[in-house]
Amino acid sequence: MELLLDSLFNGVAIGSVLLVAALGLAIVFGLMGVINLAHGELMMLGAYTTYVTQLIFKLPILKPFYNSYIIVSIFLAFIVSGVVGILLEKTIIRKLYGSPLETLLATWGVSLILQQFVRSVPLAYGTGLVISLLIGLFLPTTFSSKIKESINFKYFKFSSWVFAALTGVMTGSLISSSVSKLSRASARNVDVTAPSWMRGQVEIIGTAFPKTRLMIIVITLISVIAITLFLNQSAWGMRIRAVTQNRQMSDCLGISTEKVDIITFGIGSGLAGVAGVAVSLLGSVGPNVGGNYIVGCFMVVVLGGVGNLLGTVLASFGIGIMTDLIGAGRLLSIWPDMPLPLSNTINFFATTSMARVMIFALIVIFLQFKPTGLFPQKGRMVEN
Amino acid sequence: MRISRRILAGLATASLAVTATSCGGGGTSGSFDDTVTVGILHSLSGTMAISESTLVDTEKMAIEEINAAGGVTVGGKSYKIEYIVEDGASDWPTFAEKSKKLIDQDGVPVVFGGWTSASRKAMLPVYESKDAFLYYPIQYEAQECSNNIFYTGATPNQQSEPATDFMYKRSPAAGGDFFLVGSDYVFPRTSNTITKAQVKQLGGKVVGEDYLPLGNTEVAPIISKIKKALPEGGIIINTLNGDQNVAFFKQIQDAGITPSSGYYVMNYSIAEEEISTIGPEFLEGHYGAWNYMMSIDTPASKKFAASFKKRWGADRVVADPQESAYNMVYLWKQAVEDAGTFDDNAVREALVGQKFDAPQGPVEVMPNHHLSQTVRIGEINSEGGFTILEETGVVLPQAWNQKHPSSKGFACDWTDPSKGEKYKL
Repeated sequence: MELLLDSLFNGVAIGSVLLVAALGLAIVFGLMGVINLAHGELMMLGAYTTYVTQLIFKLPILKPFYNSYIIVSIFLAFIVSGVVGILLEKTIIRKLYGSPLETLLATWGVSLILQQFVRSVPLAYGTGLVISLLIGLFLPTTFSSKIKESINFKYFKFSSWVFAALTGVMTGSLISSSVSKLSRASARNVDVTAPSWMRGQVEIIGTAFPKTRLMIIVITLISVIAITLFLNQSAWGMRIRAVTQNRQMSDCLGISTEKVDIITFGIGSGLAGVAGVAVSLLGSVGPNVGGNYIVGCFMVVVLGGVGNLLGTVLASFGIGIMTDLIGAGRLLSIWPDMPLPLSNTINFFATTSMARVMIFALIVIFLQFKPTGLFPQKGRMVEN
Repeated sequence: MRISRRILAGLATASLAVTATSCGGGGTSGSFDDTVTVGILHSLSGTMAISESTLVDTEKMAIEEINAAGGVTVGGKSYKIEYIVEDGASDWPTFAEKSKKLIDQDGVPVVFGGWTSASRKAMLPVYESKDAFLYYPIQYEAQECSNNIFYTGATPNQQSEPATDFMYKRSPAAGGDFFLVGSDYVFPRTSNTITKAQVKQLGGKVVGEDYLPLGNTEVAPIISKIKKALPEGGIIINTLNGDQNVAFFKQIQDAGITPSSGYYVMNYSIAEEEISTIGPEFLEGHYGAWNYMMSIDTPASKKFAASFKKRWGADRVVADPQESAYNMVYLWKQAVEDAGTFDDNAVREALVGQKFDAPQGPVEVMPNHHLSQTVRIGEINSEGGFTILEETGVVLPQAWNQKHPSSKGFACDWTDPSKGEKYKL
């Protein structure tokens, strides 16, 4: 029983890291058909946001709230990656809808730029830049419709960007002068330390579970539930699904597909940021952190069936449980006296590297029989 | 948009700085009869840049020190050392290509370079075919002995063997079982083969072994294996690489695998630089084995650390790879002065037998092109340094490991033409 529980927990823990990382991609790739290779770098931005938030919460003024910085950073990471994602959509991806190969190359280029950006720009000014983007993109939308319709709107828009730039430079300088660690650019990996209440273990039915793993599972669960509710219950969710199913028809019916694209991409990118918070709890944060996850993300989305959230969920937990079963050699402990050739085979694959080989092989075999994944899309949209 | 201008200015300065360094140049002015240009070849970009750039800094410092003390004197003439820095870009074929460039185009008499075994293996054929000379400063898995490479890092018998001995006999987990964890490439696998043979000789037991593919940070299956294999605690030998260590230590601490519950990790790739990245709070109470540790309390060691901090910033640390890099520049200078020429073959002969008072203590070049060195075992403390627990005497290097089944009974001697790369003892 304890063994089973332990194994199940490990599988779910590995799976939820995969799931939270792949969730944003499932939306961007699944619903919009955009092959976003910069997804990993949006995760990286989320992870760096956690690091910056952690350092800012160490300032005397925020010190009393230090223990809650990780919760705050989840929201901030969503906003930061979301804003960068929206900028990416507005400037690059919008022009490339319907040409997957070009999107792939363009987003790969963006991923390299983002990696180099965090290496060569001090994080304080990076933060300032994100803040000016945030203000510049959203301030004009808060103006009353009277202003929006006036001929002088472009001047309002321009002045809001000036205001945004000034605020960005000011916050950047403020952060850089108060947190010395953020004032210099560095290619060095940095470290996020979980607050003390999240470290160590917690006992549930006689088995000890690491708290950070439980936290990641909780983050994943909340993200999945929130995104499912949003897609299925809200008006915008309905519009997103409509555009996914039939873009022209939705356009004819008066849905602003442009807005839907921005929102979908923004949410997908924001979720990547949340995933960044989760992975920063497991390892170190560096410019390459996203690259480690991107292959796994695509694997999960393809295995689950493009465009299907349930498929993504099942695929990631499936891969997680398989990784633990094969990698830790669990079958041997469940069935200790199996015949020798079989136990030798299992032992051979019971290392992390070989387990990976085995899982990739199993996925390839599976896709041979079900090329569209666990839950293929049905209906007319498949034809376009 | 003031901010973008600021960034542009920053980028411009950064690119200027890069051009400036790649053009090379010496340090102090003074009266020299001539100049000699040497090659420095490490990764300045890519994954390995973080580690390898510290070596470039150390080598530059050593060259500046030598120049300030009058340069190299060959045949009564004083030469100022200048250097060309090339970027290996963490890409192994690039290392080979840049080596060719340094040797053929720039005509340097010596190249100081490399970090990973993969980069060394890529460069080796270039130096052998051109009969040039590479100085390689990193502790490595040995099982190699080239006439054209001079290895100043530790061989396994100068690091992992004394460390395993310490763990099995004198650590708090003495007599316990071993679990081996490493990144999936040549150094951890070779090192662990040696450790397994040694543990068997000592009468201990290796109960498990696992390798994490490079770039993978999911440690959960390894943790469940450790818990299954070592339920009551024991010895973990860790040869993970770079930032995989961060993931490993964060996750094992959360899973309760800590010194206080009887698990002691001996690390072969974690020096002061890495401790500050991973965070001492995750490493306190675990062990490391090196030839040089910053906490060595001798004037030479303190002077080395102080001049590095003075040259590159007070927050910088020095660690074993840097000390090796520092030694090799001085050993090259001594050998050249003894040989009275920059010619490779003469320098190679003069090199063997060179002695140097290194920051770690006295070192000497052995006929197998490796260094005799002191081995130290340290416990990681909360300040991010090592508390030195043990110090061996000077240990001779074994290019061919005597515990590894494939090289047992072999040795290397380049001073005797009949022996050479690999001969039977």
